[in-house]
Amino acid sequence: MKHNGRFGDFGGFYVPEVLIPALEEIEDAFYRFKSDPQFVAELDGLSARYAGRPTPLYFAQRFSEHVGFKVYVKREDLLHGGAHKVNNTLGQGLLAKHMGKTKLIAETGAGQHGLATAMIGALFGMETKIFMGTVDTERQSVNVHKMKLCGAEVIPVVGGTGTLKDAINDALRYWTAHVTDTFYLFGSVCGPHPYPTVVKHFQSPIGTEARAQCLEEVGRLPDMVVACVGGGSNAIGIFSGFVEDKDVKLIGVEAGGEGVRTGKHCATLEIGKVGVFHGSKSYLLQSEEGQIYETHSVSAGLDYPAVGPEHCLLKDTGRVEYVTADDEDVLDAFEIFTKSEGILPALESAHALAYLISQKGKLPAETIAVINLSGRGDKDVGIVEEYRPVQ
Amino acid sequence: MTTYKETFEKLNRTALIPFFVIGDPDFDTSLAVVKAAVDAGADVLELGIPFSDPIADGPTIQKADIRALAAGMTVQKALDFIKQVTDHKPIPIGLLVYYNLVYQYGTEKFLKDFKAAGGSSVLVADLSIDDADEIAIPAKDTGLETVFMVTPVTSDGRAKRIAEKTTGFIYTVSLLGVTGARESLSDMVRPLVTRLKKLTDVPVCVGFGVSTPRHAKEIASAGADGVIIGSKIVKMIEDNLDDKQKMQSEIAAFITQVKAVL
Repeated sequence: MKHNGRFGDFGGFYVPEVLIPALEEIEDAFYRFKSDPQFVAELDGLSARYAGRPTPLYFAQRFSEHVGFKVYVKREDLLHGGAHKVNNTLGQGLLAKHMGKTKLIAETGAGQHGLATAMIGALFGMETKIFMGTVDTERQSVNVHKMKLCGAEVIPVVGGTGTLKDAINDALRYWTAHVTDTFYLFGSVCGPHPYPTVVKHFQSPIGTEARAQCLEEVGRLPDMVVACVGGGSNAIGIFSGFVEDKDVKLIGVEAGGEGVRTGKHCATLEIGKVGVFHGSKSYLLQSEEGQIYETHSVSAGLDYPAVGPEHCLLKDTGRVEYVTADDEDVLDAFEIFTKSEGILPALESAHALAYLISQKGKLPAETIAVINLSGRGDKDVGIVEEYRPVQ
Repeated sequence: MTTYKETFEKLNRTALIPFFVIGDPDFDTSLAVVKAAVDAGADVLELGIPFSDPIADGPTIQKADIRALAAGMTVQKALDFIKQVTDHKPIPIGLLVYYNLVYQYGTEKFLKDFKAAGGSSVLVADLSIDDADEIAIPAKDTGLETVFMVTPVTSDGRAKRIAEKTTGFIYTVSLLGVTGARESLSDMVRPLVTRLKKLTDVPVCVGFGVSTPRHAKEIASAGADGVIIGSKIVKMIEDNLDDKQKMQSEIAAFITQVKAVL
């Protein structure tokens, strides 16, 4: 590898030897193509005409009235596929194409990354396999169907807890055996180098656009930027635009699940310990001796016991404040936001909304908050119905 | 303590190295099985500490890890286990472990305690040569040998760097993929062993997918110093969970059978 992929002491590439050449190949291609004018033009064109960039920054007036300060919403939910994930799958998919790869594999939790990969597999005519835990295939069955319609093969992963971490385990195992012709399109800013850097790069337009839009439409920078954090790709994407603006407070919201004290949560940065998992050194939810814990969240997309290495560094330096939102507060936020704006937020993104609601009455009315609405909530209607049947 | 190199030289034939997950299916049964394998003629042991997410392992060893963890295996107990094996008979023991377990225990303390239990080398499945110093330097200080992997897709230049960091043996992965028994031996084995032998004097052992005496013989004839058999043996544990005597006798018989052709 040309770079060590470290964020402070976090990150790195802790993988079996067999995967090193494949990671080196991706690293090499990424640094070769990311500034290549033809590659950039092709990606920009697809981002605009296929995915729908730029996404608007929308002033949520009635929700703002509810919380008592001004909330601007970065509408990543309007992208093709219904989430920010397509930014990354277009970027990595194009990289795979330029590298001459013909097969894609990906892991998925909520199914959004799987769907975004399946879309790109169809777009570029690549054979696509999506690994998904059986708990997730059940709770996100609509996305499974959509992936299949795009021509992808969905491989249900039975092992472990049947969630995202098990999907990654099996995707890595499959990649080990098919490393010469297959591109692993990783979905978040986690995993071994170069993924945290690659995914951040392709998600950074969220932050670049949001900053420019805020200056143009509001006339000044926001006081705070809020995003949910599972692996952390949508958060890194929007934070990257503001991290140098020292007066802009950055808030990352993790899944508190049934409550951090219950043990059923994904509050990795809140109470995790540093360790090495899935190729990267980061905070982890783990036992005293280092076995990885099962996690819980109402949102499949945040259900992961590790977190991106750059978030770990941003936590340690204090640049980003990480908080949690519990399932019940997230469901409240889903209902309140949908009723006040007519926009169904993904349950993942509803964690960020729940944080804003928790600040009701605590912030001056002129406060400007930008929240990354990373995905739309159509996929979650069944889950919400289960928890909170509509009267 | 004899080094691997001395062990292999003294044998003057390819060493038989069975692999077990420590504590599979439980501490006592596992200990009895490993002792039986030693008594049946294993030359070196490769032992794994069970991990919740073994990404380099196929279904057979994943299931063994789950069995061992469910029966209460811990890192501390695994070290006690190794002590009991070496008390039974002094035999070189290579450990296969995922990095997080070593990291949480404290790398230096882990290596010291493993050495004290009679262990010879540590191979960290998810630690490549690039970060190898995190383990290679304290291992050397503790008096342990180092083992690293080379695969069919490892370049000559990189294989050379790996050999330079290796004091024990190179664990040669015979195929692209995770652990698991296979019908036929990968045709990548012979060229890979030949390539490595030209690059280095460090002993070369071959594992992954080795399932029959015939496979072992082929590997021996390719010039390997050792042959590592894992999933095939672990499967014999899985298949005989309700008859522990048969579990031991089948594994002992298999080891005798493989050894006869080496």
